[in-house]
Formats: sequence, C-alpha cells, structure tokens
Amino acid sequence: MEMDGGQALLKALEFEGVEVVFGYPGGAILPVYDSVIEAGLRHVLVRHEQGAGHMASGYAHATGKPGVVMVTSGPAATNIVTPLADAYLDSVPIVAITGQVPYGLIGTDAFQETDTTGITMSITKHNYLVSDPNDIPQVVHEAFHIATHGRPGPVLIDLPKNITDAMNPDSVMTWRDPVPVDLPGFQPVLDADQADIDAAIKLLSEAHRPVIYAGGGILKARAAEELRALAERTNTPVVTTLMARGALPDSHELNLGMPGMHGNYTAVMAMQEADLLLALGSRFDDRVTGRLDSFAPDAKVVHVDIDPAELGKIRQPDVAIRGDAKRVIAAMLDTLGSATVEDHGAWRSKLSGWQENYPLAYEDAEPGGKLKPQMVIEALRDGSPEDTIVASGVGQHQMWASQYWRFDHAYTWLNSGGLGTMGYSIPAAIGAKAGMPDRTVWAIDGDGCFQMTCQELITAAVEQIPVKVALLNNTFLGMVRQWQEMFYENRLSEVDLSGPVPDYIKLSEAMGCVAIRVEDPDEVEDAIARANAINDRPVVVEFVTEPGENVYPMVPGGKSNSDIVVPPFQQKETR
Amino acid sequence: MRPILATNTHTLAVLVENKAGVLARVAGLFARRGFNIESLAVAPTDERFSRITIVVDAESASIDQVKKQLDKLINVVDIRDLPPESSALREMVLVRLSLDDEGQVDDVLQLVSGFSGAVLRVRGTDLILSLSSRPEELDAFIDKLQPYGLVELQRTGAIAIPGIE
Ligand SMILES: Cc1ncc(C[n+]2csc(CCOP(=O)(O)OP(=O)(O)O)c2C)c(N)n1
Ligand SMILES: [Mg+2]
Repeated sequence: MEMDGGQALLKALEFEGVEVVFGYPGGAILPVYDSVIEAGLRHVLVRHEQGAGHMASGYAHATGKPGVVMVTSGPAATNIVTPLADAYLDSVPIVAITGQVPYGLIGTDAFQETDTTGITMSITKHNYLVSDPNDIPQVVHEAFHIATHGRPGPVLIDLPKNITDAMNPDSVMTWRDPVPVDLPGFQPVLDADQADIDAAIKLLSEAHRPVIYAGGGILKARAAEELRALAERTNTPVVTTLMARGALPDSHELNLGMPGMHGNYTAVMAMQEADLLLALGSRFDDRVTGRLDSFAPDAKVVHVDIDPAELGKIRQPDVAIRGDAKRVIAAMLDTLGSATVEDHGAWRSKLSGWQENYPLAYEDAEPGGKLKPQMVIEALRDGSPEDTIVASGVGQHQMWASQYWRFDHAYTWLNSGGLGTMGYSIPAAIGAKAGMPDRTVWAIDGDGCFQMTCQELITAAVEQIPVKVALLNNTFLGMVRQWQEMFYENRLSEVDLSGPVPDYIKLSEAMGCVAIRVEDPDEVEDAIARANAINDRPVVVEFVTEPGENVYPMVPGGKSNSDIVVPPFQQKETR
Repeated sequence: MRPILATNTHTLAVLVENKAGVLARVAGLFARRGFNIESLAVAPTDERFSRITIVVDAESASIDQVKKQLDKLINVVDIRDLPPESSALREMVLVRLSLDDEGQVDDVLQLVSGFSGAVLRVRGTDLILSLSSRPEELDAFIDKLQPYGLVELQRTGAIAIPGIE
C-alpha cells in the first residue's frame, strides 16, 4: 500500500498497539499531525513538551505498556530531554517521536534544527534518525522492541520532515508490515545458569541475617508474586527501595519498608547488619548505600539483574546472576524444592525490636499549629481507595509519601527516583490516569514542584483526565531548606516560596480544577472525601503545612548508614 | 623516551553494525563513563559490520565495566578482549622528516631498512617513511628518528585480531 511517511508513522504506532500519544505539534512534525486527525488512537495535547514525556512515563509505569510522546524538532526536542533522562535512569519504556528538519538541511543550522539524536544519545537506550520513509514500520517496531525488552528504557525516533510530508516526493513509501527484529547486538539473557542459582541458594541457606534488597527491577520484571513467594518460602525480610514500593505489600509482615537516605531505621539497619543481601533488580544507588565503604560490611551479596553492567558496578557481588528477576526467582524456588530453611527467628525478632523502638513517626501538630504533612498523607491514604495510584514530585513530600503511604499493590507508586525531577508528579499522574481511567490517581506534590508543571492541569481539565493533586504547601523548597538547616547552619538561601503569590486556589480554578484549601486539621478528612467524590474534573487540594518540618530518619550525604539520624524525639532512647 | 602508549592497556576488538552514528555512540560512551581511549581504529569488514579496535587505558576504569557498558549499545554485536601476547596486532605510522644533509639521509635509510619500514617519498633531504609493525616497534622507530628533523607523524592506532590457537 502506498502512503506518505506521516501516515506510515501513525499506522506503525497503531500496529504496535498504541492507544494514547502524548504530544505537541510544530513545524517539523506538522505532516505527521495531519495524519493524527484520522488515526485510530487518542492524542493528548499537553501544555509543555516536558509534560508529555512524563505523561508517557506515568502511563507506562501504571499500565505496563510503553508510553509514547511525539513532539517537533529543536526546542520541543530539547524540552523532552528531561523526561527522557528521567525515564532512562528509572528504566521506563517510552518511545519518543521527534520531528527533524528536512534531511537535506541537517547540519546547516536550519530553523529549529538541533542534533536530537546527538543530544539524546546518552539518555536513551537507543535512538534513530530515519532517512527513508520505507524504513518507518521496521524502525518503529524495533524501537518498541528495544524499549520493552531486557532492561526497559526510552528510545527516540527522529523523523526529518521531507520523509513525512505528503507534498514532498521523498515521503512516498510502500507500507510493509514489520518483520521480527534482527538485532544481533541486542539479545537480552533472561535465564540464569543453574550453577549460579545453586550458589545463590547455598549462600541463602547458610545465612543467619539475610535481607532481600528489592529494587525497581522487580516491578519491571513483573515479579511481585515471585518476590513474595521467595520471601515467604525462605523467611527472609525484604526492603523495598524507593523504586520498588509496592513490589511487596507494605502490610506484609516480612516487608521492612524503604531503605536509604530517608529510609526507616529498621530497613536501613537491617541492611547494615545483614550477613547476606539478596539484591533483586536493585543497583546499589548511593542514596541506598550511603557511604559505600561502610555499607553492609558483613554481608555477602547475591546480585540478580537483567543488565549485566549493574553486576559489580558499585559493589562486587559474591554471586552475580544475569537474568530476568521473575525467571531467576522462579528458578531459585524450584531449586529450593522442599528443603527445610531456617526461620531466622532471632534475626527477625531483632528487627521487630527495632521496629518497636524506632518506628516511622512524627510529632503531632501543636494545638492551633499548621498541618503536619505526614498526617495529611496518612489521612489521604486512609480516605482513598486501597489501590489508588500515587505520583509524587521531588522533595520532602516525596519522602513522606513513600514513607507514610501504605503500598499494598504493585504499580501504584510513580516517582522520579534516579533523576529526581521536580515537576514529575502532575504529568505522571495524568499519564497514569489516561491509561487507567477507572483508578483513583493522586499526585502528591510540593509547592515548588507544582509551580514547575501545574500547567498540565489545563491538559487534564480539557482532555477530561480527572487527576487529583494533594499540594503540600510548606511555602519552601523544603528539602533544600532542610539541608541548609542541617548542613549550612540554617543559612537559608533562595528557598523561600512564601510569595504571597501564587494563590493556588485561584490558579487551580483558572485551569479548570476544583480547588480546596485546607488549613485546619479538622477539615482534612472532609476535604479528601470531597476530592475523592469528584470524578468529572481535576481537583487540587492545597494543604497548608508546617514549614519547618524535616524528613526523618536521615543518613546525611556521604555518611555511613550506621550514622542514621532518627527524629529528635526518638534520639533520647539508647540504641 | 616514554612509550607513547600507556603500559596497562587492553585491546578490545569490537564488532559493530554499520549504522550512522555508531562511532559517536562508542566514543561518547567512553567519554561520559570516564574511560580513557589510547587509540581507536575503525573500518567496515563487510556490508553490515565494522570492526573497531580500541586500546583502552585500563587504569582509568575496570575493564569489566568498559566491556559491559559497550555491550549495552544496541549496535555493538561482539566484544573481544585480545591478549597482547597471542593476538595479531599491527599499527602503522607515517613520518615526515626534514634532514640536514645527505649523510643524515643515508643514516635514516639504513634505520628504515633495519625496521623493515618503507620510504614513500624522497625530495632532496625531505623524506616520508612508513612502518607497519607492533606498536612498541613503532615507539622504538619513532624514538630513533627523534634526533633527526622529525617534522610530523601520524599513527593509525592498533588493529588486532585473535591469534591462531
Ligand atoms: C528540576 C529540579 N530542580 C531542582 C531540584 C533540587 N531540589 C530537590 S528537592 C527541591 C525542593 C522541592 O520543593 P517542593 O516541591 O516545594 O517540595 P518540598 O521539599 O517542599 O516538599 C529542590 C529545589 C530538583 N530535584 N529538580
Ligand atoms: Mg515545598
């Protein structure tokens, strides 16, 4: 069938099963947008291309299907650099389509020309510059394959205008269905060697203080069930990293919660004192390990990852297993068979002792004082459906959300872990809601983050994607303020957002949202109930919270995890 | 004279697909991961593939990480770490000399034949020489030529293939 490259692109996306594209038109991608009108997929018109990228990410994480973002060349392509880097660091499968100046003009500094494949080379898993429209179906097919296989990640396709423009003879192509990919350099290994599995099981059966260190890879591998089975079968406590929240239900007795810089005391110290770390799809990020040379000093390490470059990158494992977490865990369970395993009673009672002495906790607000952000999150958690999807921004509110929400379901927590991208939450929530319209989706956002990407609430209103935003307004770039307080003698530099503008209520209403301001603790529950009852438009609930509140526990940057600082009111107790 | 090449090196033979930008991907990876390249030589082997020989300064990074990160590039098909003793390794150098007198020309010609090099051009006391050999031979050759008026030199970087078992 003859068509132009623009039509071929849309047909190729449909061929890959794409249902939603998040995008923004412009010069070099114009011809493709002409074909969007007839295409059998939904296009969500964003208000800033960065939003489109995070929407694609949120969509991908919530649904398990690759997200698609489409923008024009030049400034639009550079506007998606942040979400591409974000998706790259958090291994999220998205496919980005960018327009490019006509092939013959590449290299001439043409209007809106940027070297998009060059700029994104280090923040995509792979990228393409297409010169022949006949290649479009196969390139798109490869892009989706690469994005979703092995360790997932973003893939970008740069499309010069001459090959998509019906008015240009260069764009004429003959559609051919893509054939199975032939990528000799991309052959992810999914199954591990039995010898390595045996070695891992041997270490596991010899361990007295084992901890499963579950990372985001568990979710990418859709291995939550297997993780639970392994933990239960071997009586092994589990820490779930920021990227793995929900991989094991928080209500599960073996789940110790989040480790790391703002992890809870038990999760952090369990890793420190473990004699075996079974790292599953985790990458020994510095936010988890703290000072590396004193991290988990007594632990042997079994490291399972589909990306062999993670094995030994930071910490040399005793057993390195390259493979898909789901299959590797299944193989471990098989190998265990009916062998008896230690119940790790002494270890687990030590852990529950810590849990009792150092629970995640905060002091209630003084009478008449401002709302405690932790209390707001607990109320939100308790007042929302159990399978609510939560997307957070970056900052204190992110840590409180991760700490105080109860994640009992996989794929209900979206956040920017690796890149720490302020402004992630609102667009990510919109992407998730677009893919999962029947679920309640809350963005938990900070006032700083809100001001970075709140314009996407216009998108949400116009496109009828009714997300809800809990804006934790502490009138500060709180996380930075906390560091200045703790490490710079409280010399506050450029962190005050107290305004007095914007008026978040007026701003939200102007963007088509229902907006509610809450200052009184007694109004919290009601406001949440009201927000949860609204399903025909986005809602913003502004919670005016205590500006001076700090996130605890905290492992100061560069310090050993053993130097974890618990909240002041817990410090008097002897450890 | 200090050898031009660092001593603790690894020679990687990297088979890549002939795709636009593949060299930029490889070079960019080395730059952003902080791995130092001593030399790099590349040319197609057939329609579909090219082979890149990269000599890596192994002090700058764990060679294991270098290989694994390279392997993540979609267009990289195969990576072999070639042991220097058993592999066939060659490099070529072109040298231009501007000598003082005929006597020096004679000395240099003798030196060239000692190394089994070649004289590509002669005009009066200006010479262009070439030598294809192991990199350390090139080092020695260049060293010997230093006292003469060495105007310019260009090395290709090593290329290598596995030796015969
Ligand atoms: C794009 C971007 N710029 C700067 C930062 C550095 N940063 C991290 S947290 C933070 C403050 C966030 O403020 P807010 O959204 O109000 O959240 P809070 O910490 O107050 O909860 C800043 C500036 C970042 N992570 N991302
Ligand atoms: Mg704030």
